[in-house]
Amino acid sequence: MSIKAQNIVKKFGHFHALDNVNLEIPSGELVALLGPSGSGKTTLLRIIAGLEFADSGNVLFDDQDITDRTARDRRVGFVFQHYALFRHMTVFENIAFGLKVRPRKFRPSKEQINAKVHELLKLIQLKNLANRYPSQLSGGQRQRVALARALAVEPSVLLLDEPFGSLDAKVRLELRRWLRQLHDEVHITSVFVTHDQDEALEVSDRVAVMNEGRIEQVGSPDDVYHQPSTPFVYNFLGNVNLFHGRIDEEQTTVPDASAGELIYARPHLLEIHRQPNGAAHFRATIKHINSAGPLVKIEAVAEWGESVHVEMSQEKFRDLQLVKNEAVFIVPRETKIFQKKVV
Amino acid sequence: MAASVTLPGQVPASKRVAKAATGESGVVRWILIGTALIFLGVFIFLPLGIVFSQAFAKGVGTYWDSLRQPDALAAIRLTLLAAGIAVPLNLVFGVAAAWAIGKFRFKGRSLLITLIDLPLSVSPVVSGLIYVLLFGLQGLLGPWLIRHDLQVIFAVPGIVLATIFVTFPFIARELIPLVEAQGQEEEEAALALGASGWQTFFRVSLPNIKWGLLYGVILCNARAMGEFGAVSVVSGHIRGRTNTMPLHIEILYNEYQFAAAFAVASLLAMLALTTLVVKSIVEWRGRRQLVRSARQIEEEQYS
Repeated sequence: MSIKAQNIVKKFGHFHALDNVNLEIPSGELVALLGPSGSGKTTLLRIIAGLEFADSGNVLFDDQDITDRTARDRRVGFVFQHYALFRHMTVFENIAFGLKVRPRKFRPSKEQINAKVHELLKLIQLKNLANRYPSQLSGGQRQRVALARALAVEPSVLLLDEPFGSLDAKVRLELRRWLRQLHDEVHITSVFVTHDQDEALEVSDRVAVMNEGRIEQVGSPDDVYHQPSTPFVYNFLGNVNLFHGRIDEEQTTVPDASAGELIYARPHLLEIHRQPNGAAHFRATIKHINSAGPLVKIEAVAEWGESVHVEMSQEKFRDLQLVKNEAVFIVPRETKIFQKKVV
Repeated sequence: MAASVTLPGQVPASKRVAKAATGESGVVRWILIGTALIFLGVFIFLPLGIVFSQAFAKGVGTYWDSLRQPDALAAIRLTLLAAGIAVPLNLVFGVAAAWAIGKFRFKGRSLLITLIDLPLSVSPVVSGLIYVLLFGLQGLLGPWLIRHDLQVIFAVPGIVLATIFVTFPFIARELIPLVEAQGQEEEEAALALGASGWQTFFRVSLPNIKWGLLYGVILCNARAMGEFGAVSVVSGHIRGRTNTMPLHIEILYNEYQFAAAFAVASLLAMLALTTLVVKSIVEWRGRRQLVRSARQIEEEQYS
């Protein structure tokens, strides 16, 4: 089922949580709402779910306006950040809840409910924990139960609010791959909220980057990463060096705070050389080297005093044998230039 | 496994005195415990013992006779009736108030919290007088009530009203922090799963507060049955008609019928003891659930 949010405005007191947001999610896609806290992503998700109502604007499911319908009538599966499992019910009862509360006419028989729950337990790989209470499960297990509970009612869309937010790093990684797999199997239109760019880029078909109640850019992970349309998107998706400068026809002058251009360069797109090799470059002094991890992270101070972050492969680092306080030349391989916004 | 070796200068762990930073020396501990025990003995166990010993002072026969007196039976009936009405009403009110206060932010919220506490901070006699001033002959609504032949003061309705007033904080107070702490996510989850408002309430909200609710009901009931001051003001002390158990006890006592007074008093004391036992069971069961789940998790981690 496709989802459309049209001109959504939502205020909490004087705070503009959502400022005229438009978003279209085609049927069957897995979309990430990515943004820092306070960017309105959770509010948008809750409005789509019907747990919150917009001040103005419409929500459409399959081109049908469902703005005034409550969560109960929207048939959405919602997964909460803190799971929100029913603490006095077992895993089995939790998953069966959505089926058991149906009006008698639509309620499946006991056997059908049983079968459905067991099918889902198998899907979430927790078959032998059916009789546990939520307090007896680990965080990752709880989140999977929450997901199974949401899927039990065969929702038309699946909405997940920071689904991996309260898990530790390892479980998080495991679970998000599992979610991707699950989506490939079930193919239900899904939206998940996250503030973790890696998560958004890895799991989703498309990413909507949000900032201050607005959507900055919507696109495939590849698009938003490589063709960011605003400085915010560039900034938010990965580490970045920012220089203020001026670009003439031939020459880039850095630094020049009064000039109108913002020059962004990702740390791994800066090269360090011992000698100038004819390409555009600037001088810098190495201040700190962190070689733990897949990439070596180097902090240097540019000739005009700003610090610059560079990342390089371990091999390259070994070849160069850089040391602290060494004077080097930094060559930007690729930069992204934005016009400074006139305030 | 290597045998443990004690290095010179090191105290073996087993010989080190386990002492928390906040631990007290033995003398201090005994003084504290002793004080508490003496206090309990003098102010609680001794009076309780006297109640029962006085009740049976003239033998078991007198004890039963004083309980079977028509006036005593009437007092017991009236007490049960007042509690039977007050507790369910306060149950509904308590849950509703806790809900409103715990789940929503609205104008007048803190005023409502303060008002709920009012009966606890006002002297019961004043609570009773409020009703006399409202419903009494010279009261605000008195003339209207007389015209419609309704008697509130010096009658059962007044007693019930006073009891409700005095006991209404108990359940609400017990539930507000609980409801506040639990937040709304589980209810939202239930709604999103297609549950109706009532289904959500009965299947999700209520089970989550059931121990707190039961605890509140127990306290509320104990107070409803034991209330003296407010009820005394509105009752008029008409024997066999408007006397509750505490009032009946007072009358008997003032008439020097000590054995009878203490017999009825022993009933109230028994009620208090039963309440305490039930309360402990409730607390114990609530805690056991937590402990059990914690233990199971531990077992898994180490197996």
